[in-house]
Amino acid sequence: MSSTVQAPDQAPETAAPLLEIRGLEKHFSLSGDFLEQLKFKRGRLVREQQYVHAINGVDLDIQRGEALCVVGESGCGKSTVARTVMGLLHPSAGEIRYDGQRIDELSHKAMMPYRRRMQMIFQNPYASLNPRMTIQQTLEEPIRLHHPDWSSQRIKEQVAEVMASVGIAADWGARYGHEFSGGQRQRIAIARALVVDPEFIVADEPISALDVSIQAQVLNLLMEAQQQRNLTYLFITHDLAVVEHFGTRVAVMYLGRVCEVAPTATLFARPRHPYTQALMSAIPRLEDDRPQHIRLEGEVPTPVNLPSGCVFHGRCPHANERCRREIPVLIATIDGGQVACHAVEEGRID
Amino acid sequence: MALLDVNHLDVRFALRRGDVQALRDVSFSLERGERLGIVGESGAGKSVAAFSLLNLIAKPGYIAGGSIQFDGRELTQMSDRALRHVRGHRMSMIFQDPMMTLNPVLSIGEQMVECLKAHRRISNREARAIALNKLEQVQIPSPAARLDQYPHELSGGMRQRVIIAIALLLDPDIIIADEPTTALDVTIQAEIMALLLELCEKHNVGLILITHDLGVVSQVTQRMLVMYAGRVIEQGPTREIINDPQHPYTQGLINALPQMATPGSRLNQIPGSMPSLDNLPSGCAFHPRCGFVQRADGSTRRACIDEVPGFVTSGNCRVACHMVAEMLERERIPAEEIR
Repeated sequence: MSSTVQAPDQAPETAAPLLEIRGLEKHFSLSGDFLEQLKFKRGRLVREQQYVHAINGVDLDIQRGEALCVVGESGCGKSTVARTVMGLLHPSAGEIRYDGQRIDELSHKAMMPYRRRMQMIFQNPYASLNPRMTIQQTLEEPIRLHHPDWSSQRIKEQVAEVMASVGIAADWGARYGHEFSGGQRQRIAIARALVVDPEFIVADEPISALDVSIQAQVLNLLMEAQQQRNLTYLFITHDLAVVEHFGTRVAVMYLGRVCEVAPTATLFARPRHPYTQALMSAIPRLEDDRPQHIRLEGEVPTPVNLPSGCVFHGRCPHANERCRREIPVLIATIDGGQVACHAVEEGRID
Repeated sequence: MALLDVNHLDVRFALRRGDVQALRDVSFSLERGERLGIVGESGAGKSVAAFSLLNLIAKPGYIAGGSIQFDGRELTQMSDRALRHVRGHRMSMIFQDPMMTLNPVLSIGEQMVECLKAHRRISNREARAIALNKLEQVQIPSPAARLDQYPHELSGGMRQRVIIAIALLLDPDIIIADEPTTALDVTIQAEIMALLLELCEKHNVGLILITHDLGVVSQVTQRMLVMYAGRVIEQGPTREIINDPQHPYTQGLINALPQMATPGSRLNQIPGSMPSLDNLPSGCAFHPRCGFVQRADGSTRRACIDEVPGFVTSGNCRVACHMVAEMLERERIPAEEIR
């Protein structure tokens, strides 16, 4: 199916994306400070540094009003992407543009207006709420920070409005985080993100710590908030069933690289990258009588010593010499997706 | 008689403010080589049920009533010494977190040999040979080299394979697996579940699989129990329950899954959350969250609020629900009138 492939830079894009990520890289040093990096080798003093290559050249666009889901297994760099976008980590290389403006090099002060427009929801609602603050204080704090000129009355009104819209009873305000269950805490964390009227929300595994029946409640809440407030989401998850339901588009990551991006329906109807196919076959479905997954060779390699060429080649059933040598880039497909795979590009698999 | 027969099991935790009942009237059985899933959300009592089978409940928990018959012997009355023979040997356990289960200061081989020698009078050499054979069975690459490695040198999936190998060491009759793949990634989870299923089938080992993942249960088990607030509320053949759940909670749990809704539409959530065990609602513990307490004609089904429901049989399933009981009753009457 090589006819499905066209040049990468011809993807028709009319409106400017809200968020653009270009060539993003993030490496974490494993070697400690300068003295710890010094080693004796064959009688000579050498300086050695080792890095975890968490993200290696990620390009992503997020359009206004969409929910872009980033999926992948542990260690694929999906949370690092979220944290780098939010400015919680500084990228080692690459650019992040928000609404046309580069935000990865801004000073703390210059970043403040963007922090109001971009908010984050974390995975673990047991760790993300300050145990010494009441819910009212927790919800007022971001407003006081971003709108120092607002009157107490106005702040209280804003908090009350958001609490009502996410289904928090007014009497919760005087209580502390530990008095609530996981689902209730996640509701509070969502309210805290919404009180400053953001346009863009980064949610890092917001439901994976919750029970099934509570997951549905929180997902419904996130979808309602998106409709009412016209939000854009970057949604990080490992749960493909949630992605199919929630996402407008999906980016699949493996070992710090994006291997496939596509509209959700397209990806689920026809996953192209061999890793996406394996990942989707591994979801246990209710109608299965036996496990039906595609077996992959071996395990995810360590991001300390990245494989040459395509990061997936060691486990890929379709890998050849070119895959071992050359890093594949994202190439647009006719159904609106992009895939980084030599085998798909060459038409060896469809 | 079934290999394992649990009847009216009650487990309590003695706390300063009084006893909390973690399991109430739990009954189920397992035939030789059968695979049973126990499903429920956190706090439903599924892990307590599994732990109580081996009397592994830590103080202040204790078995307050009921019986556990294993191969014709009563486990609840057994001495510690006799129980040790059952644990690991006849029934073995796989826990959720593979890093917590393995001893970090012993090599894989040492842990396996230790386990074998605790139960059998054999030499180190024989024990190592058995250990190697089990590592081969769980399809670990280069098994001989693994014997001398330490747990931290292995990945999460590899560690869980080692744990399965250890669980199989003494050729048990039953393996109890408590959320064995929850800490693992989906692709690794699929590999581990397929392996566990294959080994259980090949060696005719029974499996009690505790999980919150209905997809995994439907792939691996033949029968299942659904638990809510310390009670079994529905049990029967897995396929029947998944395809046609009777209890409103089971229905809610299945319908809440994203795969059951059109993408982008609202999910069918169950309102509220699981009650805490020391403050259970009256009657059916699910009634405050249940949409069937009101009948279709608007009247309230008082029994849901006042009485704990008993089991009724529907098809091959047993369900503890007043609504289902009432519907079955109604179906039965016309049948008799026709006669």
